[in-house]
Amino acid sequence: MAVSQLIGASIKRREDPELVTGSGDFVDDRSQTALAYLYVVRSTQAHARIDAIETSRAKEASGVLAIWTGKDLMSEFQSPLPVTTSFVPEKKYPNHYPIASDRVRYVGEPVAVVVASSKAAAEDAAERLDIRYQPLPPVLDIEAALKKDAPVLHDDIGSNIAYDVKRTGGDIEAAFRDADVRIKQRIIQQRLIPVAVEGRGVVADYKKFAKTLTVTSSTQIPHFVKIWLGVILGIPESNVRVIAPDVGGGFGSKIRVYPEEILVALASRRLDRPVKWTEDRNENMKATHHGRSQIWDVEIAAKRDGRLLGVRATQYLDLGGYCSQFGTFQAIALLIAQGPYKLPAFDGRGVGVYTNRTPTDAYRGAGRPEATHLIERVMDLVAQEIGMDPVEVRRKNFIAPSEQPFTNLLGLTYDSGDYRITLDKVLELVDYPKFRKEQAEARKRGKYLGIGFCTYLEICGLGPSVATTAAAGIGFWGMSVVNLHFTGKATVIIGSSPHGQGHETTFAQIVANELGLPLEDIDVVHGDTAIGPMGMDTYGSRSASVDGTAVYLSSVKVREKARKIAAHLLEAAEADIVYEDGKAFVKGTPSKAVTIQEITGAAFQPHRLPPDMEGGMEATTFFNPPNFVWPFGAHVAVVEIDGETGATRVVRYVAVDDCGTRINPMVVDGQLHGGIAQGIGQALFEEALYDETGQLRTGTLVDYMIPTAPDLPSFETAATVTPSPTNPLGVKGIGEAGTIASSVAVINAIVDALSPFGVKDVDMPATPEKIWHLMNRNGGTKR
Amino acid sequence: MIPASFDYVVPRTLQEAVAELVQHGQEAKVLAGGHSLIPLMKLRLSTPSFLVDIGRIENLNYIREDDGHIVIGALTTHHDIELSELLKQKLPLLTSAASQIGDPQVRNRGTIGGASAHADPNGDFPACLLALDAEFTVVGPKGERSIAAKDFFVDTFTSSLEPNEILREIRIATPPPGSRGTYLKFSRRSQDWAIVAVAAQVRVTGHEVTQVAVGLTGMGSRPLRASGVEQALRGKAGHDDELRQAAERAAEGTDPPQDLNGSPDYRHHLARVLTRRALEQVTAHH
Ligand SMILES: Cc1cc2nc3c(=O)[nH]c(=O)nc-3n(C[C@H](O)[C@H](O)[C@H](O)COP(=O)(O)OP(=O)(O)OC[C@H]3O[C@@H](n4cnc5c(N)ncnc54)[C@H](O)[C@@H]3O)c2cc1C
Repeated sequence: MAVSQLIGASIKRREDPELVTGSGDFVDDRSQTALAYLYVVRSTQAHARIDAIETSRAKEASGVLAIWTGKDLMSEFQSPLPVTTSFVPEKKYPNHYPIASDRVRYVGEPVAVVVASSKAAAEDAAERLDIRYQPLPPVLDIEAALKKDAPVLHDDIGSNIAYDVKRTGGDIEAAFRDADVRIKQRIIQQRLIPVAVEGRGVVADYKKFAKTLTVTSSTQIPHFVKIWLGVILGIPESNVRVIAPDVGGGFGSKIRVYPEEILVALASRRLDRPVKWTEDRNENMKATHHGRSQIWDVEIAAKRDGRLLGVRATQYLDLGGYCSQFGTFQAIALLIAQGPYKLPAFDGRGVGVYTNRTPTDAYRGAGRPEATHLIERVMDLVAQEIGMDPVEVRRKNFIAPSEQPFTNLLGLTYDSGDYRITLDKVLELVDYPKFRKEQAEARKRGKYLGIGFCTYLEICGLGPSVATTAAAGIGFWGMSVVNLHFTGKATVIIGSSPHGQGHETTFAQIVANELGLPLEDIDVVHGDTAIGPMGMDTYGSRSASVDGTAVYLSSVKVREKARKIAAHLLEAAEADIVYEDGKAFVKGTPSKAVTIQEITGAAFQPHRLPPDMEGGMEATTFFNPPNFVWPFGAHVAVVEIDGETGATRVVRYVAVDDCGTRINPMVVDGQLHGGIAQGIGQALFEEALYDETGQLRTGTLVDYMIPTAPDLPSFETAATVTPSPTNPLGVKGIGEAGTIASSVAVINAIVDALSPFGVKDVDMPATPEKIWHLMNRNGGTKR
Repeated sequence: MIPASFDYVVPRTLQEAVAELVQHGQEAKVLAGGHSLIPLMKLRLSTPSFLVDIGRIENLNYIREDDGHIVIGALTTHHDIELSELLKQKLPLLTSAASQIGDPQVRNRGTIGGASAHADPNGDFPACLLALDAEFTVVGPKGERSIAAKDFFVDTFTSSLEPNEILREIRIATPPPGSRGTYLKFSRRSQDWAIVAVAAQVRVTGHEVTQVAVGLTGMGSRPLRASGVEQALRGKAGHDDELRQAAERAAEGTDPPQDLNGSPDYRHHLARVLTRRALEQVTAHH
């Protein structure tokens, strides 16, 4: 009896007025008496031994409270930073401590901390440190790391190779034997910087006598940070509280336990006063983890009629200087590269390497953009090779709805979906035949138009506890508490930790829908480990399907209790009670109703309750979903390329997404808009570049180019709705879909535009100069 | 990202400001809109110990026509230039350039004086001012002097201003009727600095190109004049093929950098394409 008008209502996000008027509560807004400021002194070297750090001159600077090097702090760490299984249990990884003591492995690695009475004093003092490095030859990219005689980052591992594993299904030999068409392609997933609008920040307050630690951090994962602060610093978990206040974006970059969270907490404990650290943008660009940084070598076997037979793919993943907490999560790409297609064989190899660059970890999509890029380039490469429309090639290979639930080559089972429906809809919206006509016309005028498709399928909603234990080393699930107060107002505690996703609105809609409470009577709270049971935080487009379901289930429990109390109050049998719009009444007599507010009031007065019933109106749910959810969709990018300069504009972007039930379509659209923008950013603008000594060359937002509003078209979005069978709300995830689909849609469009020049692929970011070279490499001859 | 500490004065007159500069010598820096200087100070790439904020000196923010010249006060912001009716009519080259600088915040704070004194080879005004043969009136301890644009921009981030001189005003001869100008800027994102940009001011009288000036941004360590183009076109009729041929010479004598935004080859190519387009635009309908 779920769906009334609140599920599916485009209600404006309740959190926005505060955020857009500058009234939000971010870490750096937090102030308290005796607050000291910590500055992290970072390695200026990509690879070096630390010979000596001379601190005496810096210690004399005004306002300095303490200066510690890695050596000073090492004895305090009872554990290294966490590393999870993340799809590669086979990997070798070094112990990674929050601060380097004898050797540095990337520019930006912490080597010392300065604590002072002001941020400026800390920065001034840091300039007086004398750090002597003995440089070692740096390993600057994946190919360099793989060389036989490459300098080795981690002596105990013995080489730069963290893992070299196979992930296969089907008979790949047969596929290549039977193929009419064999294509090889290298795909570069360039290194990206997540660039959340708010950098990271931490305030830590250790109370000496109570032995309690409170840490406020701009994080996606307060619950995990709490556990690890306790483990690493030897504090009982019950004495640690972590708060994620308003968090200005994450995109995966705040998904791990960071060195600074440990260092700031440690400084507070050592100095017996609260300590704050906030990252500036320069620091953020090199100290907060990066994303992607992969090379893919792909071989395709196909039939001339467009049927795909097999794909061989090697994913070389650059982990950076250390293996980050979810550093190998990106290897999920090897398990899902098949996408929405019937692929007879997949031969996947994953190789992870260490390089002297900032560690990489999850970045919006985390493995799914890579898998999608791979298979969607495969579709277009086959189409181009055999001279078939790329839409037709996709149709030929789609898994039929009758085959659902479909188990893919690596043993993952899709939940639902007819992949043709989003494609049909998007084709109608773009008017494909008309576009092809315009394309031909425009070429005559020296304008190159191109259209690019992406019919993606992705996996999200982490997740089923058993499956995520195998994959990530820890079981995930959803958590909620729905608690009605005496006056019938509700507090809803959720296990996820939003940082821009709009949970305060959508989760309230779920509760309002079930209980008939006005939205304004429902307060959704999150991001504080002291307010409720453990939650599993926010990443991997999991919140709506997993924690949202937990919220739904708690609401149902509360409603059922309300029905029981109503039956008692109305002196009727429970079976005869109808609950509607926040009122309960005996079937047929709605005029004699008791409201949820009256019922809740009774719930706190034991004499008004049935004899065996406990007081209160509260329910807690831990929801363990039976499967992941598998959203899908069809995105189309239309680009226009200036035939003289190579300047490329996305002139149209049409997305049809199926994320199951849409709780709040406006929030869904918001997620899509941001995601699509980020994917276009990868396709056209963004790339973290290093120089030959391992210095980040794109360390400011002038050089690292994130897309801005005038660089993007107005997005056109639409939806189909295929409810997920894995949760009662029928929702799938939408937080990453835009990014997953859009970078390859744009690249496919560029290749389509440049097909007269014989172009088959273009590396990201597709800069005007690269495109200019592609148009001119055969002397500009057109085919 | 916090600048090293510095002292700060806010003089009320140019004379006071110059006196402060003289007194503090090399340690002092003029602060105008702060949109080039402050970012450098935050990165501690520039660490002046004394700032002379000229922002509250009166009568340095104006655009007017005076005796056949357009005169612009040094503190005039990019935004004021972009929206000036006088400039839209008489010097659209400058309004067009101003409208393409950075984003609204930058245009609201940044000044034409600062943009000139900063002498960023990728800045947008220098090439325009060079193409327009602007004169820079500067005030120093010995009084005023005037510097021609071709002598003003010396090298990357180096103008011919002495450390104790302040730019007061920029003077540009009002282009004669029929003279048209435009600024074409090529960048990857709308708010970026130019990879290459072209400032063109052309007059076609009857069937003759009687004035042609082309300035280049991003083609060397300072703004340049595309003199080959100017030579090729002066005195011609301004037909399409003449424009094309002239534009082919846009990269002559330039030495553009290799950096994250482009290779020298690509910049040469862009200079030629943008020059042709700019010439086509300002000579259209003749
Ligand atoms: C995000 C961003 C994007 C930008 N994009 C662009 C762009 O696309 N194109 C572009 O051209 N510029 C761009 N700029 C630079 C901007 O135009 C600056 O405003 C301008 O370069 C400097 O002007 P200012 O008034 O801010 O000078 P300030 O920063 O105050 O000073 C700059 C330098 O000039 C000196 N100075 C200033 N005024 C005088 C004077 N009257 N006499 C003597 N010396 C003086 C100062 O001592 C200093 O050395 C951008 C800036 C930012 C922050």
